[in-house]
Amino acid sequence: MSVIIPYIDKPNPVTGVTNAKLGIWLFLASEVMLFGALFSTLIILRSSATDWPAHGSDVLNVPLATLNTVFLITSSVTIVLSWASLKMKNLMKFKLHMGLTVLLSFGFLIIKYFEYSSKFHHEHYPSTSTFYAVYFTMTGLHGLHVIGGIITNLYLMGPGSKMWKTEPERFTGRIECAGLYWHFVDLVWIFLFPALYLL
Amino acid sequence: MSHGEMTVEEVKKHLRGYYVVFGALLCLTIITVAISYLHLPIHLAILLAMAVASVKGGLVAAYFMHLISEKKIIYSMLWLTLILFIFLMLIPIFTLHGYK
Repeated sequence: MSVIIPYIDKPNPVTGVTNAKLGIWLFLASEVMLFGALFSTLIILRSSATDWPAHGSDVLNVPLATLNTVFLITSSVTIVLSWASLKMKNLMKFKLHMGLTVLLSFGFLIIKYFEYSSKFHHEHYPSTSTFYAVYFTMTGLHGLHVIGGIITNLYLMGPGSKMWKTEPERFTGRIECAGLYWHFVDLVWIFLFPALYLL
Repeated sequence: MSHGEMTVEEVKKHLRGYYVVFGALLCLTIITVAISYLHLPIHLAILLAMAVASVKGGLVAAYFMHLISEKKIIYSMLWLTLILFIFLMLIPIFTLHGYK
């Protein structure tokens, strides 16, 4: 027996938005609190730590992190363009823009891999200092979110796109939700970058 | 109007806006990095860096996440989230003043 979730592609008359969209916003609200708790912890630990670097740039690679910022900002544009392509009924352009989003996301992870490798090579681990504990926890959790986004976007670009033929509105809604999640991942990095690398 | 209900013409109008915001975000990223090389006093550096990050975050939320034209229920939920988020950010101040 199939279970049909109501108002998944049409707005719920009570809220004015689809249940899918309300759901993703509720999830993002919980994510704000998750990262908010970590940022709050960062402030407490930084203000009380005795061995915190004077500037993040003294121990972290700012040019690589800046490149990663550009990758994430660009991927935010490409994912919103992939949604716009579907609104303009162009599946090929959607796949092109979503493909670019996934490529940029992999670029972000590759740079993160080089950053982490360099830290491990110099024997800098989460246990090395309070700064590195915070650095690995926050960038690691953010990295896991990037991986989650890549898996979702790859599915939507590949097998998940079959839905476009049968339920185009519902598929467009899915891309909108995936986009909202991805923009949130970008938003977190926008604050992580100065907090860890520049200050 | 929620952006889920946009027509093709309205979406086309938004495209130019996305590129403008993209350009602004890149410029603000350069400004963020440039500020860090000025080696300002830490309080001023934090204030400036977080101000620029907030403008960038605001642009992403307003234009890419379309919060500039969202439904009331989404705004209500986000206002509540914002209040709780601000409370979380204030917790470090309580620790500085020895609250028990």
